[in-house]
Amino acid sequence: MSALNLKKGASKHSAYNLRPTFSDVDERHTLAILVENEPGVLARVIGLFSGRGYNIESLTVAEVDHTGHLSRITIVTTGTPQVIEQIKAQLGRIVPVYEVHDLTVEGTSVERELAILKVVGTGEKRVEALRLADIFRANVVDSTLESFVFEITGVPDKIDAFGDLMRPLGLTEVARTGVAALLRGN
Amino acid sequence: MKREMTGAEMVVQALKDQGVDTVFGYPGGAVLPIYDAIFQQNDVRHILARHEQGAVHAAEGYARSTGKPGVVLVTSGPGATNAVTGLTDALLDSIPLVVLTGQVPTFMIGSDAFQEADTVGITRPCTKHNWLIKDTNDLARTIHEGFHVATTGRPGPVLIDIPKDVQFATGTYVAPKPSASRYHPPVKGDINAITELVAALETAKRPVFYTGGGVINSGPAASQLLRELVDGTGFPITSTLMGLGAYPASGKNWLGMLGMHGLYEANLAMHDCDLMICIGARFDDRITGLISAFSPNSIKAHIDIDPSSINKVIKADIPIVGDVGHVLEDTLKIWKARGRKTNAAAVGKWQAQISDWRKVNCLAYTQDKTTIRPQHALSRLQELTKDHDRYICTEVGQHQMWAAQYLGFEAPNRFMTSGGLGTMGYGFPASIGVQMAHPEALVINVAGEASWLMNMQELGTASQYRLPVKQFILNNERLGMVRQWQELLHGSRYSHSWSEALPDFVKLAEAFGAKGIICSDPADLDDAIMEMINHDGPVVFDCLVEKHENCMPMIPSGKPHNEMLLATDETSSAIQSGGAVLV
Ligand SMILES: Cc1cc2nc3c(=O)[nH]c(=O)nc-3n(C[C@H](O)[C@H](O)[C@H](O)COP(=O)(O)OP(=O)(O)OC[C@H]3O[C@@H](n4cnc5c(N)ncnc54)[C@H](O)[C@@H]3O)c2cc1C
Ligand SMILES: Cc1ncc(C[n+]2csc(CCOP(=O)(O)OP(=O)(O)O)c2C)c(N)n1
Repeated sequence: MSALNLKKGASKHSAYNLRPTFSDVDERHTLAILVENEPGVLARVIGLFSGRGYNIESLTVAEVDHTGHLSRITIVTTGTPQVIEQIKAQLGRIVPVYEVHDLTVEGTSVERELAILKVVGTGEKRVEALRLADIFRANVVDSTLESFVFEITGVPDKIDAFGDLMRPLGLTEVARTGVAALLRGN
Repeated sequence: MKREMTGAEMVVQALKDQGVDTVFGYPGGAVLPIYDAIFQQNDVRHILARHEQGAVHAAEGYARSTGKPGVVLVTSGPGATNAVTGLTDALLDSIPLVVLTGQVPTFMIGSDAFQEADTVGITRPCTKHNWLIKDTNDLARTIHEGFHVATTGRPGPVLIDIPKDVQFATGTYVAPKPSASRYHPPVKGDINAITELVAALETAKRPVFYTGGGVINSGPAASQLLRELVDGTGFPITSTLMGLGAYPASGKNWLGMLGMHGLYEANLAMHDCDLMICIGARFDDRITGLISAFSPNSIKAHIDIDPSSINKVIKADIPIVGDVGHVLEDTLKIWKARGRKTNAAAVGKWQAQISDWRKVNCLAYTQDKTTIRPQHALSRLQELTKDHDRYICTEVGQHQMWAAQYLGFEAPNRFMTSGGLGTMGYGFPASIGVQMAHPEALVINVAGEASWLMNMQELGTASQYRLPVKQFILNNERLGMVRQWQELLHGSRYSHSWSEALPDFVKLAEAFGAKGIICSDPADLDDAIMEMINHDGPVVFDCLVEKHENCMPMIPSGKPHNEMLLATDETSSAIQSGGAVLV
């Protein structure tokens, strides 16, 4: 199943292409990390980010290949090009990490996040919430006379925008999954 | 080979199958089954340290001096937490270790059981990898994987946490099979990049080799190839603290160590070169000084097996990911095939420039008739021991730097020191590990009195196993390196940087059944050193030296290479506020 069939060190797109241009402007990168699904592997990845002072904007993880015991971690991070290169190289050192892909440089990728939001209100606000949800293609997954729970998927910006619109309409709770991402094409 | 046995028996069997002859350890409740299995065999020798930290440093000394992984066995809880400093030390210095810890039984994990600690959690950031075993059937395979991971790629410490019920239970033993591992970092460098390096070697006018611990890690063949390349090209070579001995100190292209306390000629060569060939070194802050002024006009080639070392600190123009031995072999092959070219005329001029820098004689000191200067003590030690089959360990501080400056290392794996973590208390136990591996050799630990006291309990180990380790203590009754920084940085306010209530080292040695020697008169020094060498047993040598000597040369923190201080310079305001925050 693995969409990532590149081997460590084998690709010119891999984390091992070591000729970055150093600039001090922060960039946002989406990394896909294929790991052995063993206990503690997520702690290793998170510990690396906290221990070395890197940023995590979002992180998702789930097993993607049951027979091969592989999990895929998607991390959105920010840093200067040098820091991003370090992050990739440091991730590559972790023994149960098999592949590190920088989706931001390897091509164009599809990014999606799922969020569920609870909006509490009545009257005009309630109608407006439903109308906006329709525009954003959010689904109602639970409803009472005074509340909706919406489910929405999209790029993080879309979810941010939806949340901003819902806030004055009675937004009380949000749960977001973080970004999942894949390269486009084959 | 598949056999049924208990987890404890598996541990011993796996160690045998991995070729382990020596384990350093300390028993406790959670490892009793393994100790019982050890008791019932004679192939694997167990050395009882006096503290788990000592056991780990001893294993580091064993590993660094043999190139084989060091093995440690300790109990759960306090046994494991006492091992943490040694693990971190080994991680920073890339020393292969396999550390086995006992753990409370699986069904009690998480219940705050007696001597329970989250060992894999605590040691995750200070090991290359670690495992908690939950099933006896996974134990043998994981131990073999542990040896593979510790010794493959960039070496480092691994830890395997073994709950007591896993040790008692029976399971299937499997023999080592390295191909079973998924961990195989590439060792061959990219040929295009290597060819680019060769082209740079051919035209460089002011080249310098900057080598490090990676050459030692790669094995003795890498040192041989390095020597061939250096002598073939005639380029000057310097090394980090961790790489000393890869190229012989008596070699004609040798510049001496570089860095904060490196030699004048080595640092100026680094600053002024037009081609820097970094081989298995990691641009540590002790080396670079002020980054923005680091070797401003050079092309930098960097050979390292760990991609994260490259571009971490200094941008590499020619990055080569691979094992030093493999990359140097290809480099030499291509360089020879293209006709062994160098820009000899320009390199000749460069060597002449370096000879001028050498004339500064940055390690000069004057020895008077009354007080032994530490530099003198080490010069005499060098003179009187250089023809021996000799291994040197150090503690951490001024004496460590003087050892690097005044002792000559002719071969790799002969210098054991804590570079990255700078762990006081490393040297004595390390010397025990070295002596275990090399029973006939002369093993000397160059120590400061403060560092030495940190693991002095290991005198019991040295005596018990009749290990003739020589503890050469340069006793300045000061935390010398700290005192030096206070002098340079904090207006000579010597806050808590002296060693008070010191023991009588001679009596202390005798109390443990070792020999003690004290020496304070320069006139007696040679005889005292000879007495130390000739004594067949552990010796504690209390060498009373000048108390306020500074270790020079020195590149003050936050300064570039070409602003180094020499012994003759005024040092009072050498480090300014910008540098003061650095360590
Ligand atoms: C008080 C004190 C003062 C110090 N002052 C100095 C000083 O003046 N000068 C100095 O040099 N040091 C000094 N040090 C030591 C310093 O802190 C560093 O430990 C040292 O400089 C690092 O050496 P290194 O670059 O060779 O790297 P190491 O830590 O030895 O790392 C080795 C590098 O080689 C790579 N490698 C490993 N195996 C291989 C292989 N098979 N093939 C290819 N690459 C491989 C690794 O990935 C790593 O990047 C001092 C330490 C202390 C405690
Ligand atoms: C475990 C530990 N604690 C503190 C330090 C900080 N430190 C570095 S050198 C030094 C003084 C060492 O004194 P000594 O061993 O007598 O050696 P000298 O510098 O006098 O040669 C200290 C305290 C350290 N490196 N390691």
